[in-house]
Amino acid sequence: MTELIIPAIVSCIIAFFTVYVSTPPLIKFLQKRNLAVKDMNKIDHIMVVRPGGPSIISGIIVSELVLYEFFHTNEILVIIITSFIAFVIGYVDDRKVMGGWFKPIALVIASIPIILLGTYDSNLSFPLFGTVQIPILYLGLIVFMIPITGNTINSIDVLNGVASGFMIIASFSLSIVLFILQNYEMVIISLPLGFVSLAFYKYHKIPSKIFPGDSGALTLGAMYGVIAIVGHVEIIAAVALLPAIINSFLFLSSMKQIVEHRQIKGKPVEHTEDFKLKATNDKTAPITLVRLILAAGPLSEKQVGYAIFKLAIFSGILAIITAFMMRMSI
Amino acid sequence: MKIGLYGFLFTMWVLIIVGGGILVKIVGPFSISGSGDFNLLFTSILKAIIAIIFVIIWILVLSKLKNWVFKKEIKS
Repeated sequence: MTELIIPAIVSCIIAFFTVYVSTPPLIKFLQKRNLAVKDMNKIDHIMVVRPGGPSIISGIIVSELVLYEFFHTNEILVIIITSFIAFVIGYVDDRKVMGGWFKPIALVIASIPIILLGTYDSNLSFPLFGTVQIPILYLGLIVFMIPITGNTINSIDVLNGVASGFMIIASFSLSIVLFILQNYEMVIISLPLGFVSLAFYKYHKIPSKIFPGDSGALTLGAMYGVIAIVGHVEIIAAVALLPAIINSFLFLSSMKQIVEHRQIKGKPVEHTEDFKLKATNDKTAPITLVRLILAAGPLSEKQVGYAIFKLAIFSGILAIITAFMMRMSI
Repeated sequence: MKIGLYGFLFTMWVLIIVGGGILVKIVGPFSISGSGDFNLLFTSILKAIIAIIFVIIWILVLSKLKNWVFKKEIKS
């Protein structure tokens, strides 16, 4: 296990500083090209540049390539390829607004390398009850998993710092889970996701200097999904992601269709006079996690973000409990 | 409200564990015989259909639960 410490430290430092150093020049570059959108939750007319995806993917690729030098495993290659395909899909959507179905369907392509490189185990493990072998069904699970994780993280990217902050909590929870399950190599392979998110959060937290955009959010979500598959912790990964899954579930169950958020006319949230966020009574607007948090009364953007982080910590704890339950059987 | 959200999250977790138990203990050992080389294929297809039905039931239960837990908040 001691031989794993050096690659772990090196990759985490590289992951963090690649994003930390590359994001300020990216912000300047995007400002020069006027690639900015209005921050809707600020009282002043504040423009924020996007997308931050290029710095996120560079942090992931560089740190995982360093790990590949140490381990030479297909798992690392598949994480790099899948994350990069998700980044490209997101970047296309950043530059040209595509329909609601584009990202879920295109992200299926990102899951193909997992199947082609055979970096999965068709035994699906459940807490307390053991494993079930589902060779054909598992292929379907892979194909669905990447679009689901990618889009759930993208759908929670609604307030300053929420997507990156949420991903810090979820990914470190997943690393702890892998440690509990004694999958030490995967712990190290998974750590760069948390450090990349942590470095990006520095610029994404309220007040945001940059938004991750679809390219950033899909990259983070797809990497999370591929770690869940190659680390054989699919169920636990879903538990750690539950607040984001709830958000997508509430959205889909209220809208009854997959629709791009820009195409929705009804507003789930509006502003009070002091520019706090407040839930609307608009029946045409989707029900979202933010809307439910605000149902008790208006809150500032920062307070809503912290409420989401508390839910993420709660689900992270449930994921860790689930990991301990994996080691028990009834 | 916040307790409602935490409760909903906890219920989702319980449903995942219970659903996993059903999948492992009931659906997992299930197999079809008498179809020669196609036994594995038919068994997998049947397991897939049962799993999809479970997922649909899971979504329906969550939808009902969501309406029950958040009814007052959504209307307010």
